[in-house]
Amino acid sequence: MGAITLGHYLSLGGILFALSVVGIFLNRRNLIVLLMAIELMLLAVNLNFIAFSHYLPMEADRMAGQVFVFFILTVAAAESAIGLAILVVLFRNRASINVEELDELKG
Amino acid sequence: MTSITVLFYIFSSVLLLAALAVITARSTVHAALYLVLAFFSASCIWMLLRAEFLAIALVLVYVGAVMVLFLFVVMMLDVNTDEMRQGFWKHLPVAGLVGAVIALEMALVLMRGFRLEAPAPTAKALEIGNTRLLGIEIYTDYLYPLQLAAVLLLVAIIAAIVLTLRERKDSRHLDASQQVKAKKADRVRLVKMKPVVEAPSTPAAGKDGEAA
Repeated sequence: MGAITLGHYLSLGGILFALSVVGIFLNRRNLIVLLMAIELMLLAVNLNFIAFSHYLPMEADRMAGQVFVFFILTVAAAESAIGLAILVVLFRNRASINVEELDELKG
Repeated sequence: MTSITVLFYIFSSVLLLAALAVITARSTVHAALYLVLAFFSASCIWMLLRAEFLAIALVLVYVGAVMVLFLFVVMMLDVNTDEMRQGFWKHLPVAGLVGAVIALEMALVLMRGFRLEAPAPTAKALEIGNTRLLGIEIYTDYLYPLQLAAVLLLVAIIAAIVLTLRERKDSRHLDASQQVKAKKADRVRLVKMKPVVEAPSTPAAGKDGEAA
């Protein structure tokens, strides 16, 4: 166990991303857990951005990664707010959030 | 082995265990609570990467707002979790295989390709701090995207309200503006018609009536 390199953080982000992919596979029916898995994915992406911004040799560009994380946090908050609102409306109309039963569009 | 190494392994193991618990939890409320733990450990890891402002913002925005919203919705909806867990064990082999392949490939490539040591923090960063550096970036080079983000949040607020807005049909509430706008013509209709003239009755008939 030496010093922590950039690869350690990137691997952590990769494992986190893989875990959330597994979560989407496993909880295919539960819409709320699907949204949570998407939040975990965004967290993994943000972790990569911050790790790169910390390890970047050029000090002039170093803050750009953190600015990106700032905007991703904004978009993720908006996404989850609208997603949960849609979920509430869906439950009000169908009395279920089971993904298997949402086949009205016959897609 | 520095303290940062030890802290990194502690926080990342907590983060991964919490993420595993999120996707395998039997109850959705437990999944949401484990997600809070995952966000908190992630913010600790961001602290190790000297991103103090974003770490605190993650705790405030996610643990404080988004996860409370999640818990609120989860507890408000009466969902049958057992029914939705059907097929959980059936999908496990495929999902585990895919996840393991993704994680192994990424870790293999990333651990071999990015053996980068952290550069020393610059004198400027040490002097004015992470928060002020981020603020300078946001309010100079990224001012226009920042305002776009603000508009995006406004749109999200309006969309969430409009989606969940529901007019009650059994309410006896009166709309004040409708009342003010009402004119006389809407309520009273004047009709021109010929007057009905009643012919006076004969006195004899009247007397008869009194006698009877």
